[in-house]
Amino acid sequence: MKNETDPKELPGADPHTGNREIDPVTGYETTGHEWSGIKELNTAFPKIVIWALIITHVYAVVAWILLPAWPYGNDYTKGLLGLDQGVQAVDNYNQMVSTRNGWLDQFDNDEVLLEGVDEEVWKKAQSAADRLYADNCAACHGEVAQGNLGYPVLNDAFWLWGSDPKEIARTIKFGINSTHEETRYAEMPAFDWLEKSDRSELTQFVVNLRHQDAELSDKGQLLFEENCAACHGDNGLGGLENGAPSLTDSSVIYGQDQRAVAYTIRHGRQGVMPAWVGRLTSAEINLLSLYLSKLGTIKNVESAK
Amino acid sequence: MIKSLSIPERQSMLAIVLLFLAISAAMAGLADRGVMSTHGLMAFGILVLLGFYIAGSFYGPDKSKVSKSRYYDDPTLAGVFLSLFWAIIGMGIGVWVAALLYWPDMAEGISWLSFGRIRPGHTTGIIFGFGGNALIATSFHVVQRTTRARLADSVSPWLILLGYNIFCLWAVTGYLMGSTQSKEYAEAEWYADILLVLVWVGYFVLYIRTLARRNEPHIYVANWYYLAFILVVAILHIVNNLAVPVRLTSAESFPVWAGVQDAMVQWWYGHNAVAFFLTAGFLGMLYYFLPIRSGRPIWSYRLSIVSFWGIVFFYIWVGSHHLHYTALPYWAQTLGMTFSVMLLVPSWASAGNALLTLNGAWHKVRDDATLRFMFVAAVFYGLSTFEGSFLAIRPVNSLSHYTDWTVGHVHSGTLGWVAMIVFGAIYTIIPQLTGRKEMIWPRAVEWHFWLAVAGTLIYVVAMWNAGITQGLMWRAYDENGALSYSFIESVKAMAPYYLLRTIGGALFLAGAVLCVLNCRETMKNAQGEATDRPLVAPVGTVEA
Repeated sequence: MKNETDPKELPGADPHTGNREIDPVTGYETTGHEWSGIKELNTAFPKIVIWALIITHVYAVVAWILLPAWPYGNDYTKGLLGLDQGVQAVDNYNQMVSTRNGWLDQFDNDEVLLEGVDEEVWKKAQSAADRLYADNCAACHGEVAQGNLGYPVLNDAFWLWGSDPKEIARTIKFGINSTHEETRYAEMPAFDWLEKSDRSELTQFVVNLRHQDAELSDKGQLLFEENCAACHGDNGLGGLENGAPSLTDSSVIYGQDQRAVAYTIRHGRQGVMPAWVGRLTSAEINLLSLYLSKLGTIKNVESAK
Repeated sequence: MIKSLSIPERQSMLAIVLLFLAISAAMAGLADRGVMSTHGLMAFGILVLLGFYIAGSFYGPDKSKVSKSRYYDDPTLAGVFLSLFWAIIGMGIGVWVAALLYWPDMAEGISWLSFGRIRPGHTTGIIFGFGGNALIATSFHVVQRTTRARLADSVSPWLILLGYNIFCLWAVTGYLMGSTQSKEYAEAEWYADILLVLVWVGYFVLYIRTLARRNEPHIYVANWYYLAFILVVAILHIVNNLAVPVRLTSAESFPVWAGVQDAMVQWWYGHNAVAFFLTAGFLGMLYYFLPIRSGRPIWSYRLSIVSFWGIVFFYIWVGSHHLHYTALPYWAQTLGMTFSVMLLVPSWASAGNALLTLNGAWHKVRDDATLRFMFVAAVFYGLSTFEGSFLAIRPVNSLSHYTDWTVGHVHSGTLGWVAMIVFGAIYTIIPQLTGRKEMIWPRAVEWHFWLAVAGTLIYVVAMWNAGITQGLMWRAYDENGALSYSFIESVKAMAPYYLLRTIGGALFLAGAVLCVLNCRETMKNAQGEATDRPLVAPVGTVEA
């Protein structure tokens, strides 16, 4: 008997007719409840909502049938398509690599550093080299390889370790003062043990090296020959390919104003170029090396004109 | 505050403050120097001030008898103002972060103004500070009105607000000092997490006790949403933050989860923070303030039921859609994706229910900026839940993931939905509790509305463009299999969008500032207090 509630006894119902209040705007019946003035309509479930529910659930069930979905015990349902995201990733990667087959393979051989590649191959490789440079090198060496304070210029003809692509490749692979065991090593030692007066004499001398018309002092010359020339070359011309820059041109890394030079002489410098072996493939490193050596040459030819 | 408390209530308040004063003193004194001891000191300072305030006015006027016969609205007002305080902090930090992305050198050398530290300050300030305080404040308001009962006691609402805001303060200042456990939206360290658990349990108990004292036969749907918010956030918070402190005297800890399990737990938490904090709680707000303001009945009781259970059931599953194409097993990704799609209809049912409720009140939407806030909130709620389900589909996600599209999606939810419904609620509550017909500057509400809408649209459209541009640039290869763009090119392409975003955010902030000033001025010119009263059973009668 309890299931058969008399509609007249439901909340909000008219005690005589059993009808509930009708909302005049929509014409729907209310539920008869009220909370601080809020009422609810007893509006039937719209058909479109039911259809939308069905469609989204069908989508889900189809996805469960086709794709890996439900776990059970130590396994899971594999899905009719038999997809595996690990396999898919490897496949996609291989597919992408295969589009490079025409040209990237030719760089996967250190001979290429001596012989270079055909014009055709280079055309295909150049844009990849541009991206490689921008993604890996530009942060330090500058967007167009123009160098930054602390990071050498790469788009000129002056090379700290030699312009041979093989030497460039070695620098990229193992780095300079890096943590790799085959790293190149270069250190500008601190000359803090020099007399202060000597240091300022030397500083002035090095600053003046850059200016062809400046007068060079004899004492500075002497100090330079004793302390600096072994690495930076006679008269600071560089070119010894030992990581020490020429001091007479734009190769200088840390600046050649009075303050920078004074700091460098007093405290020394030991910049780091990280090793890229393991991060880039050897083909990519060779490609970059050729790219950089060309970059220097092109610029050099242009400035010579 | 103190006037509404009886002498025994003042005693227990003072006792609890003294207890926590001792704990914070111990924390300040015993913890290693650094963030944890600084936080102890902060709490100590706040509690000392509070202790002096209570002790100083201990024997002051006692209006607790009168207060007991009315709804307890003081904590609601305090919560609204704390919420607005955090809104300005959080949005201010947000505009700063946005500007930092356009002018990256602005904070050169100042670590605590740098992106990494200040970004979690923005998210925590907004979600927990602004959103959380608004939820607590409005839930106190709504639960009393819809049950016709006063809050179950007068002390715990204050302790909840106090503890919760100390948590927010610890979290945000901790990030600025570089202290974080590196879980998104859960960056706060273990001792702050424990404080939040205490606060949350107190909140849950107060809410349940108030519901139990109700004078209405049925529990209104808004309360279901608020209750789901309180209950599930507690579960999420505890599970995701399980960690073993390195030492009891230091802020660092080891999470108990590791590897891909940790990632899964984190995004189960992260997405359900969106679900139960940013959706369920604010739906509670919507289901109360929209019919109140529009004077219309909820369009469909049945739809609100299906929506509630659908959201509560489906949302819990979808967190794994944050980990598509990662080390998470494919099957877990499929489940996340499919449940996200099944979630769409229950979500839309609430948006549709809200919009259809406005049938017969469209002239009010046109004339009343406050109701328009709620209307826009419902629209953006619908848009962002659709977008969310769409972005959860794996192939779509492969384009959108890690791009600013995600950021745009989140902000269409937070600016367009969460903040709009909060402002709508605040502009309804403040006049009611001050015995006024409307805010003191109705035109400022109108200005706020248009600033907020313009800011949101500029922000969201800019981020959509930015995200799709990024996604397409990152996946483009030329015919030789080389990437078409370097990463830095995709960064440079963002510049105009990042500038637009900063402008959009600044407009939104300007609107919020107007809101704060308007609320302050309205409070100053209060003409009374709320006139509605709880049903108080006459003494001696047990049955109603």
